[in-house]
Amino acid sequence: MTAPIVIVGAGQAAASFIARHVALSNPRSVLLIGEEPHPPYQRPPLSKKYLLGELERERLFIRPLEWYREQNIGLRFDTRVDAIEPDQHRVLTASGESIAYDKLLLCTGSSARRLPDAMGGSLDGVFTLRSIADIDNVASQFQAGRKLLIVGGGYIGLEAAAVARKLGLEVTLLEMAERILQRVAAAATSDYFRELHQGHGVQIHESARLARLFGENGKLRGAELESGAIIDADLVLVGIGASPNIELAQAAGLACDIGIRVNDFCQTSDPDIYAAGDCSCFTRNGQTIRLESVQNAADQGDLVARRLAGEDVRYTALPWFWSDQYDCKLQIVGLNQGHNHTVIRPGAGAASRSIWYYRDDELLAIDAMNEPKSYAFGRKIIEAGISPTPRLVADPMTDLKALAMGK
Amino acid sequence: MATITWKMEDGSEIAADVKNGLNLMEAATANNVPHIEGECGGCLSCATCHVFVDPQWFAKTGEIDDIEDTMLEMTDVEREDNSRLSCQIIASDELDGLVLYVPEPE
Repeated sequence: MTAPIVIVGAGQAAASFIARHVALSNPRSVLLIGEEPHPPYQRPPLSKKYLLGELERERLFIRPLEWYREQNIGLRFDTRVDAIEPDQHRVLTASGESIAYDKLLLCTGSSARRLPDAMGGSLDGVFTLRSIADIDNVASQFQAGRKLLIVGGGYIGLEAAAVARKLGLEVTLLEMAERILQRVAAAATSDYFRELHQGHGVQIHESARLARLFGENGKLRGAELESGAIIDADLVLVGIGASPNIELAQAAGLACDIGIRVNDFCQTSDPDIYAAGDCSCFTRNGQTIRLESVQNAADQGDLVARRLAGEDVRYTALPWFWSDQYDCKLQIVGLNQGHNHTVIRPGAGAASRSIWYYRDDELLAIDAMNEPKSYAFGRKIIEAGISPTPRLVADPMTDLKALAMGK
Repeated sequence: MATITWKMEDGSEIAADVKNGLNLMEAATANNVPHIEGECGGCLSCATCHVFVDPQWFAKTGEIDDIEDTMLEMTDVEREDNSRLSCQIIASDELDGLVLYVPEPE
C-alpha cells in the first residue's frame, strides 16, 4: 500500500489543500498532523470578532471536525513533528512515532515574535495573539478601565486596539518606526489609521522605542521607553511581527531563505516535499517574497492539491488582504513592494478613500478604506494589466468599472 | 432550522438542514457544495461564495448592502438580478425550502 500524503501543520493552507483534494475526488489517502487540539481554523477573526466575544469557537473552524472524518481524512491533533527524514520518506513525531509519507506538504505557518525575557517578555500579563489558546487566555482580562499597552503598530496591534477600545480599555500603542504600518503601507495609509485610532481615543506614540517592561513578583506593572518615559500597563500585547516556522525544513536540508523556498508549483528543493502558506517563500517579479495572508495560504494549498491530482498549474495568484478596525473595512489588492509613488483617490464619504501604489507608470497595488469599489474594480484593473494614469485615478468622477472593462 | 438545496449546472443537488444563524457559505462548505469557497470567511472580500437565488425566494433572503453589491461585480461568473454572496444569507425558519443555484466558472 502506498503511504499517504502527509500534511504537517493544520492551518488555512492545509484546509484549502484538503478541500480541493476532496473536490477533485483524488483517491490518495491524506493524513493531517497538527500541534493544536483543533481542526484548521480561521486566524483573522481571532484579533477581531473572536476576541470581542462575538463569534463562537466552532465557527472559527474552516470545516466542522466531522467533515474531515466524513471525507476519510486521517487526523492527528496535539501532535508535534520533530523531524523529517526525506531519504526515508518519513516524519518523526515528538512521541517517537515514525510516519511514512508518499508526498509531504509543510504548512507549518509562522509564530508571533516575542520580546526577550531580558526585556520583560515573560512577565505575567504580556501576551501575543496568534492562536485560539492565546485569545482564550487573555480575553477575560480585556475589561473596561484596564490599561492595555500595545507594542507594535502593525495590523494585529491595530485590530486589537480597536477591539480593546470597544470594550472600554485604555489603550496606548508604541511604534518604534516613524509611523505605524511603515513596513507594509504608504504614509497616506498610516495617516488614515493614525487619525482613525486617535479619534477613538488610542494614544499612539511613533518613533518610540521600548527599553523594557517591568513588574513586581513576576507580574507586569508597566513599560519604560528608551526616552526614559514610563507607561503604566495592566496588559501588554506584543505585535512585532511573525517568524516563519522553517526549523523542520532547515534541519531536513531543504533550501530556505526568508521562508522555505518553493518554485511555481509550491515544491521545495526536495521534489516530494511541498510547502504552502506563511512558512514558504517564492520569487515574484525578481524579488523573494513571503506572504502572511489567508489568500496566499489558501491559494498555495489549493495549488498543491491540483498538482498532486495531475493538473498543470502554476502559482500566479494576485495577493489580497483585509483588515477590520472599528467601522473601517480595509481591503488591499496587489503587492506594493517597489512602489515609488502613490495617488490618493477620494471616496464617497469622509472616512473613505483609496491609496494607489505605482512603480513609475505601472499600477502595483491598492489600499481601499471603506472603498469597496476601488478594491473590486481595482483588482480587475490590475488583473487586466491596465495602469490608469494617476490623474484619472485621483479624479472621483472617473468611472472605475468602465476603466476595468478597458473603456 | 432550514432545509437548503443547492442545485448544480449538471442537474445534481445537495440538500442539507442548516441551523438558524449560520450563513449559507458556511453551510455550503460544510456540505461539500462545489465552487463555494468562502476564502475570506464571510467578510465580503473575496466573492467566492456567489449563488443565484431561486427568484421565488429572492426577496426573503434579505437586503443587499452597498459592499455586497460592489463585491458582486467581481464574481467569476457574471452577476444576474438574483445574485447573492451566500455568506450574507443567514439561515432562519423563513428560509426553510430555499433553493440556490451554484454558478460554475469555466
